[in-house]
Amino acid sequence: MAEVALNHDAAVAAGPPKLRRRSALRALLAQPKVVFAGGFIVLLILLALFAPVIAPHDPLDQDLLSGTLPPAGFAGAQPGYWLGTDDLGRDVLSRLIYGTRVALTVAFVAAFAAALLGTVLGLFAGFYGGAVDAIVSRLVEIWMAFPPVLLSILIVAIMGSGVRSVIVAIAIIDWTRFARVVRAETMAQAKADYVVAARVLGFGRLAILFREILPNVAPVLLALVTLEMGIAVIVEAILSFVGLSVSSDTPTWGGMIAQGRQIIYQAWWVFAAPLAALFATVLAFNQLGDGLRRALDPVMQR
Amino acid sequence: MLASSLIKRAVMAAVTLFGVAVIVFLLLRVAPGDPIAMMIGPGASAEDIASLRAHYGLDQPFLTQFVIWLAGILHGDLGTSISLHRNVVELLRERLPATLELAIVACAVAVILGGSVAILGTWLRGRGEGAIDAANGIMLAVPDFVWALAFVLVLGVFWQAFPLSGRIDPSIDPHFTTGFYLFESIFTGRFDLTRDILAHMAMPALALALPLAAIIIRILKDALSEAMLQDYVLLARVKGMSELRLIAGEALRNAVGPTLALTGVQFTFLIGGTVIVERIFAYPGIGSMAIDAVINRDLPLIQGLVLVFGALFILINLAIDVAVAALNPRLRHG
Repeated sequence: MAEVALNHDAAVAAGPPKLRRRSALRALLAQPKVVFAGGFIVLLILLALFAPVIAPHDPLDQDLLSGTLPPAGFAGAQPGYWLGTDDLGRDVLSRLIYGTRVALTVAFVAAFAAALLGTVLGLFAGFYGGAVDAIVSRLVEIWMAFPPVLLSILIVAIMGSGVRSVIVAIAIIDWTRFARVVRAETMAQAKADYVVAARVLGFGRLAILFREILPNVAPVLLALVTLEMGIAVIVEAILSFVGLSVSSDTPTWGGMIAQGRQIIYQAWWVFAAPLAALFATVLAFNQLGDGLRRALDPVMQR
Repeated sequence: MLASSLIKRAVMAAVTLFGVAVIVFLLLRVAPGDPIAMMIGPGASAEDIASLRAHYGLDQPFLTQFVIWLAGILHGDLGTSISLHRNVVELLRERLPATLELAIVACAVAVILGGSVAILGTWLRGRGEGAIDAANGIMLAVPDFVWALAFVLVLGVFWQAFPLSGRIDPSIDPHFTTGFYLFESIFTGRFDLTRDILAHMAMPALALALPLAAIIIRILKDALSEAMLQDYVLLARVKGMSELRLIAGEALRNAVGPTLALTGVQFTFLIGGTVIVERIFAYPGIGSMAIDAVINRDLPLIQGLVLVFGALFILINLAIDVAVAALNPRLRHG
């Protein structure tokens, strides 16, 4: 949603990419947003990778005798259950930690898939113009007339629930975000001196597109992919919430929220914990994307 | 000049809507899962299923089904809902007013909230800007789905400030003649009902409004600071106009057009957001009906709903284009 105001300036950010690489890294580390939000995401990745080691309990282990225990610090809490338990006696913290696995898998794979689809279409539309551009632009317009949540539910309902369907749905819906921005970027870059020079030197069109223009669109793309990861985490949560994502024995944040909604008066923490995780994660991806954009965009640095 | 470009846009809008119709139709026809079998359950005989398929026209070839559906749309007929056994147009007519009211209230909240924070931020000029930007950063990142759930917990369960679900207290029998409960209660002077309806709307409307307010704050604040550097503002300042009047009067008038042009698409996102937000609050609009329609494989209802959403999106985009053109003095006199 934030790309509305984002990416126009980067068109000016031309210049050969290799010279800027070292200063780009330094600029990245100088951005507190990149350091903090990036650090949080690295932490989430570690939690997902080492979930069996880190989680204090088996996320599926039911113990009806210790059902709806409150989080540590509240009256009636039991040691070892830091965030309490749900109505089936399952440890909320362990389920939260295991929930990072689905959330991050969807975030990375779906954002990459949407970016790939949208970037290829955007590059061709922006570079070749004419009929190619007309078709891609019309497709984007039609796509944007669908309510995204409804379309994602529809696609998952058609393909059958599961992580794969969720990823496909996100890629099919959100490629337009990339296509729009990359198209505009490519149009601006195609007029730049270095492209004209490459053309005069006799480089082929595809070589110019992928070796000259793509690297210069890359910084903008990187920021967009990061923002898209946050969006993907939300879409997965929405689909789990509606009951269409993965099967109910895999812990997901959206599934936990839906379950917590049923018992919100008896055990609000089952609802609150995954909601807080969702809030922090989408905020982190967003801040990281914003930080990346600032760091990699020479115009904004000034 | 302006008229011809508007006609061109209207034609493009019709083409887009046709594209939406084609795609939703194709999507639903490749879908596995027989809606008829889902409807009558496992005990049905093959003849029963066949006769129902024929009743809903599902035994016809793809193209024939599509032509029949298109011809129906042109006559204002969207078929019969498979899961609710009712005319789709009738169902939409019943549910659409609730969604429209919610969206209009949410837009109003977003514009008032976003506008006043942007004006305040410009007026403070630097002081407190850090706090506004930090809050705005959170508002820009967090989507309506998460806000809605946070409100359920904090405002609904902890504080019990607002009712958690529905559109109006079920113990009230309001006898409304239109579907626009809020507007009707205001125009007929039944303000106790207005209060109840607004209380039910508060959380979903705020959840939908926050992302739009965030983008308005960011873009309007930039547009206002730029407008404040223009000569006509300097002239007004020399004449002794107060700072707040400079911003809210002179600068605002020139910042609204560009802001609308850049925030336009966000208004359609708000409409799309009603699907999940209505679901969370069991608000009886077309959004919550849409999720049930998909889960029940109710093909005629899904088709009708997607078409209505598509038409709404396209109409909003057209309206914003017209408004931006009307607000741009160069186009107005050109």
